Amino acid sequence: MKLLTGNDLKSGLVTWWTGKDWSINIEDAVDVGEEGEAILAAEQEAQRVNSAYIIDGDEDAGTPRPGHIKDRVRALGPTVRPDLTLKPNDASAIDKVV
Amino acid sequence: MYKYDQYDQSIVDARVAEFRDQVERRLAGEITEDQFKPLRLQNGLYLQLHAYMLRVAIPYGTLNSEQMKMLAHIARKYDRDYGHFTTRQNIQYNWIQLDQTPDLLADLASVEMHAIQTSGNCIRNISSDQYAGAAADEVTDPRPWAELLRQWSTFHPEFAHLPRKFKFAVIASEEDRAAMRLHDIGIQLVRNDAGELGARFFVGGGMGRTPMIGPMVRDFVAADDLVSYAEACLRVYNRYGRRDNKYKARIKILVHELGKDEYTRQVEEEFKHIKTLNLDPPKAELERITTFFQDPDYDKSASDDLDLSDPDFAIWVDQNVKTHKQSGYAIANISLKPIGGIPGDATSAQIDVMADLAKEYSFDELRVTHAQNIVLPHVKKSDLYTLWQKLDEAGLATPNLDLISDMIACPGLDYCSLANARSIPVAQKIAQRFSDVGKQKELGELKLKISGCINACGHHHAGHIGILGVDRKGVENYQLSLGGSGAEDVSLAKITGPGFDEDGIVDAVEKATNVYLKEREGDERFVDTYRRVGMAPFKEALYD
Amino acid sequence: MTDIFSLRDDSPVSEAPVSIEEFLGNSNATAVRIEVGEDARQLLPNLDRIAMVEISFPAFTDGRGYSAARVLREAGYDGELRAQGDVLLDQIRYMHRCGFDSFAPEKPLKADQVDAVLKRFDAVYQGTVDGQNPVWNLRHGN
Repeated sequence: MKLLTGNDLKSGLVTWWTGKDWSINIEDAVDVGEEGEAILAAEQEAQRVNSAYIIDGDEDAGTPRPGHIKDRVRALGPTVRPDLTLKPNDASAIDKVV
Repeated sequence: MYKYDQYDQSIVDARVAEFRDQVERRLAGEITEDQFKPLRLQNGLYLQLHAYMLRVAIPYGTLNSEQMKMLAHIARKYDRDYGHFTTRQNIQYNWIQLDQTPDLLADLASVEMHAIQTSGNCIRNISSDQYAGAAADEVTDPRPWAELLRQWSTFHPEFAHLPRKFKFAVIASEEDRAAMRLHDIGIQLVRNDAGELGARFFVGGGMGRTPMIGPMVRDFVAADDLVSYAEACLRVYNRYGRRDNKYKARIKILVHELGKDEYTRQVEEEFKHIKTLNLDPPKAELERITTFFQDPDYDKSASDDLDLSDPDFAIWVDQNVKTHKQSGYAIANISLKPIGGIPGDATSAQIDVMADLAKEYSFDELRVTHAQNIVLPHVKKSDLYTLWQKLDEAGLATPNLDLISDMIACPGLDYCSLANARSIPVAQKIAQRFSDVGKQKELGELKLKISGCINACGHHHAGHIGILGVDRKGVENYQLSLGGSGAEDVSLAKITGPGFDEDGIVDAVEKATNVYLKEREGDERFVDTYRRVGMAPFKEALYD
Repeated sequence: MTDIFSLRDDSPVSEAPVSIEEFLGNSNATAVRIEVGEDARQLLPNLDRIAMVEISFPAFTDGRGYSAARVLREAGYDGELRAQGDVLLDQIRYMHRCGFDSFAPEKPLKADQVDAVLKRFDAVYQGTVDGQNPVWNLRHGN
């Protein structure tokens, strides 16, 4: 699957394209298929999100999983600060990144 | 400590207003990200992996307790309750919101601080010796010279869009505690035969993907010529530094490609011209700045006696306390490398504690070191025990200065958008492997430095043991190198061979230290033994 | 043609600038264009017959033009010095401090914004060619 991601202009937080908007939770991300470039162009014009790009991913137990470790770290948060990740109470979250 | 006058304050205040305007234009869509990016970068605001990161300048690593308290306040109010002290003696925050940045900068300006030129292709924060003004071996306090250069380089209109970033370090001792030769310009203050102070210029050092040790281009630049000479060095670079390839754009490449002699010839010619323009500050300006760096009011009758009957205190003193030029006083190092912690990180509460202790025990002064630790530069020996107890309570008394667990580590893939591999987990695992302080002391001075990518922010080229994280087909992999140094015995580390995985690199470090323990003679440090016996025995232990 | 934004009292030179090579050849031109990477010092022997020098900024991040401008001003050139190309509001002050007094931006500049940018800082730390007295002189009554 193809995912579209970037950082929110105002907060800087990692965001994922949900089909009609952006979300900080990768669970909300959708497969953009062949539409990625078109959405990217439109969203660049809208200037809500910075440095947006398309990545490869696959699905893992119903949740999108980025193909590269960098984007998996982006999706979760710093692996050395589980308290600051999006899953502070999930002890296995970091193992899934690596 | 330098104090702003109305001019310094007006410049910093105007900068806050300017950035507020730039942020507003960005949020309103009047300027694009491509246009805004260099503007925010010249103010230290990056877009990192998870959020915006703001780097705050701590000129030559010196600050007072009010400023330190402000750093804690910022961590609390605008970030997630912690900050990260960097190898450029700065602090950076990892979770800043763009729309809040102007208010944050206004808070900083209220205590004479800023984020000016902490990023971007301009002259960055001037770094210096963390023991300046306290060290027994300095010919003078280097900080007035660094402050003069700070002012000269601030909003320098000709050098705001250089081919690449530009870093100065200024020291005034034979012992190099600031990795001076690994800077774009390294300055060592010296006295000439007539007893006058001047600057020895080393140009074209640096780390990154092509590490180089800066050659000396002038052995003595008089104080009156300092600004003109720096101006000449930069102009030659701005005109002729490569702009076709960002990886070949640092001044080290220009100096290397032209050759030191030709680069020097061009600088001298430019200097002769610039000198006719009367650009140097009046003599009285360096004198004015110097008055802010006078010795504090030491108790000249303070005793050198120290009760070391508490063994834990004795270990801390032995490792973290250094000789002060004033009898009865000492330099106390606060390690930000607790075993298993994140190198260089401190919580708001810890930052507050350090500020309070500086006020009470160190004439209101703190330093940040390029090794990501904090220094209380002027502590009365009779206060050391109480100081240590209070540090210990705050988790700040790890007795590991310059030992293997006192690592430099870049933020790596946990935070940095450039990184290829994580640095911090590797640092944590190595520290845990060597957690026994006796074992560490047995290994003696051992500088281990970890970078999560080839840009070398973790100074791995300058590590007695260096580790470089790389991406091998999507998997983190770590290369080991040996024999580097950022000190006066400056050298560049050499790669041992194929890389290791995360656990493998921890084993490899231990194997390398075992070779040292077996081979060392007398009081050789790890790096001395390596230099004597060479790579072969290490390779044998690592790869057989 | 792009609008010229001038800070000079006289009107902008309308003559189209020629290349350095053409100028140094057998030319009567009084307007010259310096491409990025060209050596401004080539013009120094002939400054008295130049009315306008245009320095190109193909990208605002390429700062060579700042040095080129200072080289000309330091040699005494007092004609029009024009920055052409990717000339943006936030670089104007730096350009002005290096001697530029006219601008041919690819995207037009707003006069009131330029005015605000030029007035933003009333103190400077270093001497250049714009005549502003740096604070280290003011502090000592110079």
